[in-house]
Amino acid sequence: MNRHWIIGLLLLAGAGLSWAIPRYELLNPYLQATLMYLGINIILATSLNLINGYLGEFSVGHAGFMAVGAYVSAILTVMLIPVGAAIWRFPLAILAGGGAAALTGLVVAIPAFRTRGDYLAIVTLAFAMIVKSALENINAIGGPRGLLGIEGLSTMPWIFAWTVLSVWVIRNFVYSNPGRGVLAIREDEVAAELMGVNTRWVKIRAFMIASFFAGVAGGLFTHLLQFISPRIFDITKTTDILVMVYLGGVGSIGGSIMGASLFTVLQECLRPLGVWRMVIMPLLLILLMLFRPRGIMGLRDFPWFRPSVECPQRPPEIHHS
Amino acid sequence: MTENRRQMTDKAGTVKTESPINKSVNGMNASDIILEVRDLRVRYGHIEAVQGISFEVRTGEIVALVGANGAGKSSTLRAISGVLPFSGEILFEGQPIHRLGSAAIVARGIAQVPEGRGIFGNLTVQENLKLATWNRRDRRAVKDDLRHVFDLFPRLAERRQQLGGTLSGGEQQMLAIARALMTRAKLLLLDEPSMGLAPMLVREIFRILQDINQAGTSLLLVEQNALMALKVASHGYVLETGHIVMHGTGRELADHPRVKEAYLG
Repeated sequence: MNRHWIIGLLLLAGAGLSWAIPRYELLNPYLQATLMYLGINIILATSLNLINGYLGEFSVGHAGFMAVGAYVSAILTVMLIPVGAAIWRFPLAILAGGGAAALTGLVVAIPAFRTRGDYLAIVTLAFAMIVKSALENINAIGGPRGLLGIEGLSTMPWIFAWTVLSVWVIRNFVYSNPGRGVLAIREDEVAAELMGVNTRWVKIRAFMIASFFAGVAGGLFTHLLQFISPRIFDITKTTDILVMVYLGGVGSIGGSIMGASLFTVLQECLRPLGVWRMVIMPLLLILLMLFRPRGIMGLRDFPWFRPSVECPQRPPEIHHS
Repeated sequence: MTENRRQMTDKAGTVKTESPINKSVNGMNASDIILEVRDLRVRYGHIEAVQGISFEVRTGEIVALVGANGAGKSSTLRAISGVLPFSGEILFEGQPIHRLGSAAIVARGIAQVPEGRGIFGNLTVQENLKLATWNRRDRRAVKDDLRHVFDLFPRLAERRQQLGGTLSGGEQQMLAIARALMTRAKLLLLDEPSMGLAPMLVREIFRILQDINQAGTSLLLVEQNALMALKVASHGYVLETGHIVMHGTGRELADHPRVKEAYLG
C-alpha cells in the first residue's frame, strides 16, 4: 500500500512538472527538448525490450514500426483531421499511428513466428528496409524529401502521459498471468507449450503491443521534430534503440528506462565531438558487452516494480540454454 | 504368474502377447481406454526414432514405457503432447487429438512433466504453478488447486516465493509434477522423473506418483530406471530402437529374464 502511495505521488509530481516546466520556462528550450526526447526513447526502449528481452527473440525492425506510426499520425494531423477537431486531434492521431504500427506488426509476426530461431531478425530487418524504400517512393508524402509543415503538437505533458502509459501497460502485460507466458517462452519454449501456453499467440500479441508503442513513439517524435523523412528511420535508428535496451539490460523495464536515460544524456554530452560520436557509441557498446554482458540491470527489476505480493529475493545467475 | 509369462514371446523384435487384463484398477472399469496410440512414427530427418508403435493406457492405470537411451521414449511422449511432428493416430478418451496443437491438448487433459523438468528458472515457484493455468479461466478453482498441490508438496509451499532455478533437483522435480497437476490433467505423461535424483528421492517421487494415481489420474511413465517404473506400473511396454519388443503387466516384465538382463543388471 505504502509503495503505491509513493509511486502515485511521484507520478503526480512528474505530471505537475511536465506542465510547469514549459509553462514557466523552468528549463531552457534545449533541456526541455532533451527531456522530451528522453520520454520518447523510454517508450522505444521498453517496447523493444518486450521482444528482445522478455520474449527472448531478436527484432531489428523497431525503426520501421516507428516510421509507420510517425507517417500515419503526421498524415492525419497535416492532411486529414481538420484543425477544428481541437483537443482530440492529437491523441487520435497518435493512437491511429500506434494502431497502424500494431497492424503492421501483426502482418510481420504471423509469418515470422511460424518458425523458431533467427528468422525474426531477418524478417524484421527486411521489413524495416521495405518501409524505408516504400516511403521514399511515395511522392504524395514527400518521397525522399520527407514531410514538412507538421505542427509541434508534442508537448511535455503529452509525452509524459504516453511514457507513463506505455511503461505501465508493458509492465502489467509482462507480470499478468497471460503475459507470464512471454517469460515462460524465454525460459523454455517447449516447456511452455507443454503447460498449455499458446506460444504463437503469445508471441504475436507481445509483438503487436511492442509495435503499437513504437508507432506511438514515432508519432510523438514527428510532432516534436516537426519534420520527417524516411532517412530518419534507417538502421542506425534501430541500432540506437538496441543500444538503449542492451545498455539498460534485457528483460528489465527499469533497465530500459535507465538505458534510455543514459543514452539520451550521453548523446547530448558527446555532441561536441561531432562525427567522433559515431565511434564512441559503438565502442561503449563493445565495452559493455565485454564487462557487463547483461547490461546495467540484466533481467532484474526493482522489487517495487514487480507486482508480486511479497518482494522476492534477488534472482540468481541466469543459465541460458 | 507362470502362465502369464508363457504368453509372452521371447522372439526379439516381435510382439505376440495378448496382455493379461487387470480386472479392475483402482475400482475403475479397466476396459475404459483413456489413451490409444496407433502406429506412431516420429522422424528426425532420415532417422526414424519411433517406427510404428501402438499401445494404450486405461483409465486409472499406470503404464510404463521402458527402454534404453535412444529407444524413442521421449519422442513418443513429445508426439502425444503435440510438440513434435509425427504420423499415426492418437486418441484421447476416444477422440482423435493428433491434429490439435499443444495448447489444445493440454486443455483436453494431457499434461507432461518434461525431461529435465523444464522449470522456468527466473519465475518463482508460485509463478511456475500459475503458468500451468494459463488457459484456465476458473480463477477460484485455480486457488483451490494451488492449495491442493501445496498440501501434496509441503516443501514447495515453504518455497513458494523462491525462484525455480534456486530449488534443488528433487524440489524441481516436485515442482514439475505439481505444475503438471495444476492443468487439471486426467493423464500425466512423465519423462524420466527419476533422472539425476538420489535413490531416496526417487522413492519419494514414486510414492507421490502412486498417490496421484490413487486419486484418479492416469499416468504414462517413461523411464530408464526400469525396475522402479515396472514395480509401480500395472502395464509396461519395452521399447528398443523405435519398436515395442515386449509388453505385459509391470510385474511380468520386471521378472522377465530378458528385461532383467537388459535393463536391471
